[in-house]
Amino acid sequence: MTTQTVKSTLSATKIVSLAFAAILGVAIISVTGHVQAGALHDAAHDVRHATGFPCH
Amino acid sequence: MLTRLLVSGLFAGAGAGLIAALLQLFFVQPVLLHAELYESGALVHFGAEAVSAHQDLGGFEPVRDGLSIVFTMLTYTGYAFILLVGMALAEMRGANVNGRNGLLWGLAGFVAFHFAPGFTLAPEVPGVAAADVALRQVWWWATVVTAGAGLWLIAFGRNWLAWGAAAVLLLAPHVVGAPEPDTFTGPVPTEIGALFASRALGVGMAAWLLLGCFAGFFWQREGARDGARQPA
Repeated sequence: MTTQTVKSTLSATKIVSLAFAAILGVAIISVTGHVQAGALHDAAHDVRHATGFPCH
Repeated sequence: MLTRLLVSGLFAGAGAGLIAALLQLFFVQPVLLHAELYESGALVHFGAEAVSAHQDLGGFEPVRDGLSIVFTMLTYTGYAFILLVGMALAEMRGANVNGRNGLLWGLAGFVAFHFAPGFTLAPEVPGVAAADVALRQVWWWATVVTAGAGLWLIAFGRNWLAWGAAAVLLLAPHVVGAPEPDTFTGPVPTEIGALFASRALGVGMAAWLLLGCFAGFFWQREGARDGARQPA
């Protein structure tokens, strides 16, 4: 066990970490770019237009 | 792994998002405010009198523009997490990820998240006619996912079957078409609409290149730090 390979393999911890990061990313983009709730829409309005999200 | 993803994503996303926000405020926001004068009816295009192309658009609005900065930083942090998941998967396959080739990752991210959806659903200037927002959002996500998968296959596919599938994935959303409005009712001059779309895409490209570069840099740096911390 004195050498560690640089290329790592997919373990359960890594799968959970990757899935969590991906879900977090999608959730953030959904909130800032897509959710149509009034206050959120108003606050993010200019960003949605400028970032090319479907707005209104 | 999770710490590395989250730390890299937060730094890269906040940094690129802040720059994106400042670029948007300087280059996109004036065009948006100008369009809103037509959207609200304060100015009327092709009315009885010609309208000056130069209007007083007001200055920096702390609440409105401050919220825009916060939401842009959040949005790019969300992008960063997704980009880093791709980088992590590629690294497991033996790819080297760093700040320099992060530029390519950023370009791919721009194509997947901005350019591919914008190719058929152009960035919307305020006041444009558009189809139902929920339908467009479904199309937007479908296009982002298929374009992202297509680009992944181009980068990491090893045969023509993969590259052929990539072409189909990239083309399909645009051949199928996006939800379109029944009639065109936009009151905004076409000059403003065109400038808005190209500015939105241009700022998006600049910000994504930075995001890819930052994400690659922090991913590599956090990885080196993790490697140093672990006992051999």
